[in-house]
Amino acid sequence: MGRYILQRSIYMLVTLWVIITFTFFLMHFMPGSPLQNEERIPPQMKALIMKEYGLDQPLPVQYVHFLGNLLQGDLGKSFQYNGRDVTELIFQGFPASAQVGIQAVIFGIVIGLTLGVIAALRRGSWVDNLATVIAVLGVSVPSFLLAGLLSFYVGVKLLLLPPAGWGTWQHTIMPSLALSALVIAQMSRYIRTEMLEVLGQDYMKTAKAKGLSRPTVVFRHALRNALIPAVTILGPLTINIITGSLVIEQIFGIPGMAWLFVQSIQVNDYPAIMGVTIFYSVLIIVSIFVVDILYGIIDPRIRIAGAKE
Amino acid sequence: MKKRFYLSLVILLVAGMLLSACGGVQQNSGASGNVLNVRVDGEPPNLDSAVSTDNISFNLLNAVMEGLTRLDKDNKPQLAMAESYTISPDKKTYTFKLRDAKWSDGRPVRAQDFEYGWKRALAPQTASQYAYILYPILNAEKYNTGKAKAEDVGVKALDDKTLQVKLEAPSPYFLGLTSFATYLPQRQDIVEKYGKQYAQEPNKMVYNGPFVLASWQHNESYTLKKNPNYWDKATVKLDGINFKIVKEVSSAINLYKTNGLDYVPRISQEFVDAYKSKPDFKPVTEATTVYLEFNMKKEKVLRNVKIRKAIQMGIDTNILAQNIAKEGKPATALVPPTLQGGNGKLFRDQAPGYVKFNKEEAKKLLAEGLKEEGLSQFPTMELLGDDTDVAKRCLQFIKEQLRTNLGINVNIRSVPFKERLQRSQDGNFQIVLSRWGADYDDAMTFLDLFLTGNAFNRGGYSNPKYDDLIKKAKMNPDFNQRLQQMVEAEKILIQDDAGIAPLYWRQRQNLERPNIKGLVHHPFGPDDDFKWATLNK
Repeated sequence: MGRYILQRSIYMLVTLWVIITFTFFLMHFMPGSPLQNEERIPPQMKALIMKEYGLDQPLPVQYVHFLGNLLQGDLGKSFQYNGRDVTELIFQGFPASAQVGIQAVIFGIVIGLTLGVIAALRRGSWVDNLATVIAVLGVSVPSFLLAGLLSFYVGVKLLLLPPAGWGTWQHTIMPSLALSALVIAQMSRYIRTEMLEVLGQDYMKTAKAKGLSRPTVVFRHALRNALIPAVTILGPLTINIITGSLVIEQIFGIPGMAWLFVQSIQVNDYPAIMGVTIFYSVLIIVSIFVVDILYGIIDPRIRIAGAKE
Repeated sequence: MKKRFYLSLVILLVAGMLLSACGGVQQNSGASGNVLNVRVDGEPPNLDSAVSTDNISFNLLNAVMEGLTRLDKDNKPQLAMAESYTISPDKKTYTFKLRDAKWSDGRPVRAQDFEYGWKRALAPQTASQYAYILYPILNAEKYNTGKAKAEDVGVKALDDKTLQVKLEAPSPYFLGLTSFATYLPQRQDIVEKYGKQYAQEPNKMVYNGPFVLASWQHNESYTLKKNPNYWDKATVKLDGINFKIVKEVSSAINLYKTNGLDYVPRISQEFVDAYKSKPDFKPVTEATTVYLEFNMKKEKVLRNVKIRKAIQMGIDTNILAQNIAKEGKPATALVPPTLQGGNGKLFRDQAPGYVKFNKEEAKKLLAEGLKEEGLSQFPTMELLGDDTDVAKRCLQFIKEQLRTNLGINVNIRSVPFKERLQRSQDGNFQIVLSRWGADYDDAMTFLDLFLTGNAFNRGGYSNPKYDDLIKKAKMNPDFNQRLQQMVEAEKILIQDDAGIAPLYWRQRQNLERPNIKGLVHHPFGPDDDFKWATLNK
């Protein structure tokens, strides 16, 4: 196991390096400079400012510089925010994004799980059909449409929750709900399919034959085994949600980091682009790794390199 | 195995809660007292006036700081930090006497604060992207580009209360310029104390304007409170202003509908129709002109004045401005109607426009022009423009107009803003949809663009007569004569040479509760001034 982790760590570092290198060179191919006032800045002044920022040097030199600073944990200073540290900007935005994302995942799991279990137990009934409809809607209706509808009907028409803004727990409900649609849909489908398969297994008959009560059979024996595939999708799903909430953050005016990412690309804020890319990459690479390790813990059949143990 | 599974679930949940905990910051919203709730679409990068370049910062700085002058509702400079001033007979030396005003920490505002702030913006190592706005000051450009020393710059604090400013040339707009953000005073002790952190948080700066920054939740909101140390605090009626950062216009409008906001500036065009007939709808004419630039360096056919004239006359700018762009009035010349002519009168009042849509005349001119060039047909060209909704609609309309009115075929190329700039700079275009906004309140801010060799004269327009007039006007201490020279120059550029095709003068559209009074809007510089605003709840 230790060797496996070491090996994986090296792969992770290599992956990260490849991502950094690609992003670095690709972003410098974008037209324009990171100057905010580019439209009207006199050219001779522009040259001086570029020199001040070290942007007049050849790209490979800038690249080596960047890597050197990165190894010391310095992501540099943002151009668009007049020299605020990129690290500071990321940690300003991330908590809000994470809060909405994690709440969405929790909503999604709870609702999705319930729907999936009921649908499986009452296969063919109206509950099952309803769950199917919800799942299809959840996958096919884009979250920003749902967000817009929620904001307008719940926020403006019914005045139940603030239509946008940030600051209190009420502000977090609608964005989390809008984001959780996909999780609900995926979760309920997975759980339903797995439950149905598990319910048809021989050991379920054994459990029933032993005279165990129905809740015990369903929750201790069926659901636990049905959860395995669900856990495997949870890692990537969580990351997707935390990082992919751009439009939701826009619609609800959430001070998250999705905007930072898009804005940095639009205005060629090189240090911010690199910082956010690295941050997201590390998040995703590590979470994939954790999920891989979790597989082994949850299901011994999938123990990867641990055959000798 | 079971235990470990539950353990990992618990860890996940706990981690989630911890992360959520650091995200939630309590903030009481909703208006209490005489407080205005304003939508803003982003965060000011910081409030260091020497390096600010964006509207959000300009607006905020205008509320919490004050320069020698402040623009009133007619965009006329009113004395602010300055109590009086004298101008030398050659109109090149201004001597300002400062009033007894205080910074928010109780220290007096001194002439040295101005000298320091301006020179700091000009210092090459500050890398200020708006430093050129100080170039009317003697030797400012030379110092900024490393060709002179700080001592050579024509700004000097003679004593605590007297500031002397020497200019490169007589500039009728200079007094108004001193209200601009880059001309704000800065406190050397505060700037040096916080270094790189200066003006990044409310407590890392000092204020001398009508309001002070009370709190700043990054990317979320910032609030202003009335400044008790402000010299003219009796005039300030608002107790405070809450700026809420809402990026999406539709969300801002939802908040406006539910009374979460009182003022939503810059609503996008799709909401204009819904609000057009309501009292909340307040359009503000900006000092911005949208026009077509022709690449005369590269395209021989565009060097023909009759052909340019045909294009200039062949587009129905009435329909373009009012039904297509829906954000302005048709332009008949270069200089927008809100700008001064330099002698106390509006430039446009002295020189009405020149361009008028005339399909028949345009057709005739095109035929003549093509004949002169020995062509039977206008070659297909590329029409470059931004990829915003408004720009795309305009490009489409222009293409249609050119095709149906003149039989000219163009291919549209919509690119991101940064790429449009790059292509314009590199001369990599044929016809481009451009725009320019005023830097200061004088027609010169538009007219000197089209001097031969000016970096922003992307099409390469060149006429020695035009150059001569503009250069003379720039040095002319007789402001009536100066105005005549500018009027004549514009006529050459637009009517005689059709150097560009003006399309429309832009306006921005605001939603403002009818019970707000005295909220002042400017066509350039800071969008709004809250000093005189009142709210009858």
